[in-house]
Amino acid sequence: MIETLLSLDYEPFILSFKLASLTTMILFVISLPLSWYLSQTSSRIKPFIEALTALPIVLPPSVLGFYILVALSQNSPIGAFFENVFGVELVFSFTGLVVASCFYSLPFMVQPLQSGFESLNKNMLEASYISGKSRVETIFRVALPNIKPALLTALIVTFAHTVGEFGVVLMVGGSIDGETKVASVAIYEMVETMDYSMAHVYSLIMIVMSFTVLLSVYSFNKHHNKKFGL
Amino acid sequence: MIRIDIKKELQGSKAEMNLEISLEIKEGSFVALSGESGSGKTTLLRILAGLEISEGSIEVHEEIWQDSSFVKETQKRQIGFVFQEYALFENMSVLQNLLFVSKDKKLASHLLEITDLTQLKDRVPNTLSGGQKQRVSLCRAMMNRPKLLLMDEPLSALDMDMRNRLQKEILLLHKEFGTTTIFVSHDPSEMYKLADRVIVLSQGKVIKDGSVKEILRQTQGSQKFSFRGELLEIIQADVVFIAVVSIGQQIVEVVLDEKEMKKFRVGDEVQVSTKAFAPTLSLV
Repeated sequence: MIETLLSLDYEPFILSFKLASLTTMILFVISLPLSWYLSQTSSRIKPFIEALTALPIVLPPSVLGFYILVALSQNSPIGAFFENVFGVELVFSFTGLVVASCFYSLPFMVQPLQSGFESLNKNMLEASYISGKSRVETIFRVALPNIKPALLTALIVTFAHTVGEFGVVLMVGGSIDGETKVASVAIYEMVETMDYSMAHVYSLIMIVMSFTVLLSVYSFNKHHNKKFGL
Repeated sequence: MIRIDIKKELQGSKAEMNLEISLEIKEGSFVALSGESGSGKTTLLRILAGLEISEGSIEVHEEIWQDSSFVKETQKRQIGFVFQEYALFENMSVLQNLLFVSKDKKLASHLLEITDLTQLKDRVPNTLSGGQKQRVSLCRAMMNRPKLLLMDEPLSALDMDMRNRLQKEILLLHKEFGTTTIFVSHDPSEMYKLADRVIVLSQGKVIKDGSVKEILRQTQGSQKFSFRGELLEIIQADVVFIAVVSIGQQIVEVVLDEKEMKKFRVGDEVQVSTKAFAPTLSLV
């Protein structure tokens, strides 16, 4: 057992985690202003933006993957721009995977943050403005510290969801060793080539890690709520 | 001097109404704002704080806060605001709540001392009682050294003892800092103790404006005393009727004859007064 674990090729896992970490970081930066805006606005376009952000939850990954593929290919303006200006090819590359994952996991970051912000006492935020603090300072010093469980949920679920993605990754990234072959794709290939024993090992590792992560989130939230008498 | 001349369309409790307020308030005065719910008191406070937009102009101590082309941001108005439900920063200790507003540690510890909170300075808001929270909120508002202190029913969620205590502390702070203050209240005794002017709103308009004594003393003409209350019940007792009236926390019974009785219905707002006999006051 230990021998199997030691001799295992961990590259797909490392790639998965690298992808998930980068995606989570980028999405946090994008989602923070977006979810704040959605939580505070009563604009008529709010439902429109909300529906758009939630689309990746309901769309088949193949649909999402297909359009991302089209949008990022060298034949599209976006793909051509990246190719010409930065010399980066977006399809079948790690960079392309990061871009695709950001679309795919967006709702998992935005929704918990938005509902966290919405649950805050509006008067508390106003008290911060009255104290002379700007919106940005209010977000970082009052809003975020008061929605720690939602913040943690957003970060962890985005991370876990990106690790678990398969369809989009396969369509946009393919399966290039050390570049786009993440854990989920590797398992798919093992099953395809009927290497069931390795598929078991990889899958078990995924299950154990995912469970541990989720367990720690729920434990933290329970502990946190108890501490603040919620 | 504070000059307010504002207009705003509101979705009132009954129908749409226009909030139309034109007021001048002297520097250093303590104004009580009263009126039924939905009359626009809170909205007026929020407009003064810059939390809601309105048409018209606001000028505070020679400084324009709002006119037809300009609205000063809430952040720059240098005000204090005490919310009914405290609105403390839950993630910070009592002292941190104060220092968040301004880094003036001396002022913070002075305020905590006046309000007897020094021992609680490292506690987080969730572990405090309602009265303690509201004292923290009051101190936090004063940390801004506000030009205008706004309080939206600051004491209505507290019990009688705590109210009395906070009233004293509010008065103490007002004397020390001389801050121009507007507070919303429904409690006549509270207004009497704290305010030097009472403004009553109804349906978005000022309907009464005057000194505390003018507005709050309800007796007219030759009446010796008079109290307002709600008629709770009319009981028939042989040939007379007894009206049970609730005044403040007390229940009073008044005898009526049949003709008088017909004028009243249970739930009416009534006034109990006497003309012929001088009331006597004795200690209870």
